[in-house]
Amino acid sequence: MFQKIWEQHEVVPETPETPAVLYVDRHLTHEVTSPQAFTVLRERGLKVRRPDRTLATIDHSSPTRSDQIFGGVPIAIESAASQIAQLQKNCAEFGVELLDLKSDQRGIVHIIGPEFGFTQPGLTIVCGDSHTSTHGAFGALAFGIGSTEVGHVFATQCLLQRRPRTFAITVNGSLSPGVTAKDLILSIIGEIGIGGGTGCVLEYRGAVMRSLSMEERMTVCNMSIEAGARAGMIAPDETTYSYLKGRPRAPHGDAWERALERWQQLPSDAGASFDREVTLDGSKLEPMITYGTNPGMVIAVSGSIPDRHDDPVFDQALAYMGLTAGAPIGGQPVNVVFIGSCTNGRLSDLRSAAQLLRGHRIARGVRALVVPGSQQVKKAAEAEGLDRIFIAAGAEWRESGCSMCIGMNGDTVASGEYSISTSNRNFEGRQGPGARTLLASPLTAAASAVRGQVTDPREFLNG
Amino acid sequence: MQPIRHISSRTVVLPSTNIDTDQIIPARFLRTTTRDGLGRQLFADWRYDADGALKPEFALNRPEAAGCAVLVAGRNFGCGSSREHAPWALLDYGFRAVISTEIADIFRSNSLKNGLLPVQVDDTTGQWLLDHAGVTVSIDIANRTLLLPEGRAVQFPLEGFARYCLLNGVDELGFLLARGEQISAYERGALQ
Repeated sequence: MFQKIWEQHEVVPETPETPAVLYVDRHLTHEVTSPQAFTVLRERGLKVRRPDRTLATIDHSSPTRSDQIFGGVPIAIESAASQIAQLQKNCAEFGVELLDLKSDQRGIVHIIGPEFGFTQPGLTIVCGDSHTSTHGAFGALAFGIGSTEVGHVFATQCLLQRRPRTFAITVNGSLSPGVTAKDLILSIIGEIGIGGGTGCVLEYRGAVMRSLSMEERMTVCNMSIEAGARAGMIAPDETTYSYLKGRPRAPHGDAWERALERWQQLPSDAGASFDREVTLDGSKLEPMITYGTNPGMVIAVSGSIPDRHDDPVFDQALAYMGLTAGAPIGGQPVNVVFIGSCTNGRLSDLRSAAQLLRGHRIARGVRALVVPGSQQVKKAAEAEGLDRIFIAAGAEWRESGCSMCIGMNGDTVASGEYSISTSNRNFEGRQGPGARTLLASPLTAAASAVRGQVTDPREFLNG
Repeated sequence: MQPIRHISSRTVVLPSTNIDTDQIIPARFLRTTTRDGLGRQLFADWRYDADGALKPEFALNRPEAAGCAVLVAGRNFGCGSSREHAPWALLDYGFRAVISTEIADIFRSNSLKNGLLPVQVDDTTGQWLLDHAGVTVSIDIANRTLLLPEGRAVQFPLEGFARYCLLNGVDELGFLLARGEQISAYERGALQ
């Protein structure tokens, strides 16, 4: 599948001397990694070559408090306000469509692309954000780029790229109750390591992948970069097509039929070979949680923190986390619960957290923040009454954005506090200087919110 | 970009593995619209205490680290976010090359586009460099060679076009813009 998409997008094939000139079908952009690229266009007198293939939104530095978005209250962080204003100015000047701060279609860039039908199988999709791998869930080749490359795509709609290696990850069997897509990808990262996919495009295969909904597939592909892979892909199938059908930017009428015919050619041929392959048994997977300072430091929620004698880097990570080797992770008190992000901020994620929280109260002293991934997700959740479940349980219900996943928009975790978070990175300081992040699924986060400590969600499912 | 042929400097060592771009430059410093002046925030949470004072024990803050242009780090340097602010911060601080046994994909690509040289070495060389902070190394880009003290030379991988761009100060955007006609032909032919 990767090979077919790559070859269809070579404007100039690679040679030993030069990388391929690769055509980009869709370019998503946001306020943080684009300003320097627009500056280059301005300095060199260039235009955006294909504004019709470019879509901008505001997510990373935007506040999630309603009064700052809709209530006329100024954005609290001045540098965030000026970065947002700069994107508004740049989009107006270069004719790029912007889903602006008050738009009901705004949201995290990796949530709105699919929601809009902007993301489709067989396309090349890039964005100045490493979680662009999310869009690979549709059988697209999607990867994150730096700001210089954002400028290249603005100016030429192309990138210079060497062909990456391919790495098949097959997950057989089926997932047990309480084990989610988040637990699946955390298990995969635990298995291959956070540098395990470096230089590769991952292709997720097998019965478990086939059984996942599109939203679950996006959760899996989203965290490919946490295994070092720029892209992760899942072949399109009926699940993909029925998700896309009728979405605003998806093809309609005859164009839909033609697109469907093309998309059906994409899956890898039987017997396709990969540079590397790994197989997991999905039936053996459990709810997972991280205990360290990168997403590869992960164990079952029911497990204990490993002990690695004579590894100073490992000990340093545990010291940062204030955790002890050999101790069980279950029962670890938490201060903050964050449900949201491009990994787990979709409607099905909010549904699963709400289902667990219904009729419960969040433990005393625990602060819980629920941040929908987009304004459309927010609207749909409110139509189902999910917001009322969260608020009744004692959580805060916010406007969409990256929020506490990246802690650059006013939503942060205090130094020394433990945060159980449905986001994608538990790096030191990711949620605020000194913050201690435990990554988990929305189910595990909700269960832990109720108990005020790390809790296996199966304790709730079993009655 | 200025042409670069050689880099010669003493090394400063950060032995941690998996140093991610959130450590290189924390996200709260990304609310900028330029690429200038980010060196002040390089490794901010490791370099400064909560009051903004330098932590004397951190490797970059030691007197012997002054003026070092080569950073040696543990395996998988630059993983995580795609922020180009990471190489911008390293360059603005004064680094010209990063040596590790593994360097993350997006960080590598971003570094090369800004003239920061990623040097990937074998485990033995990597460990030796981690164990010998402050040695003077010399990097020859044309020959893809890292010269260690006592004359030992180690080859490192450097993609051919990136090497050409570094040696000649060639700007990739210019190269792409020169393919405008081929891009137009592709758009006429291949696009649905």
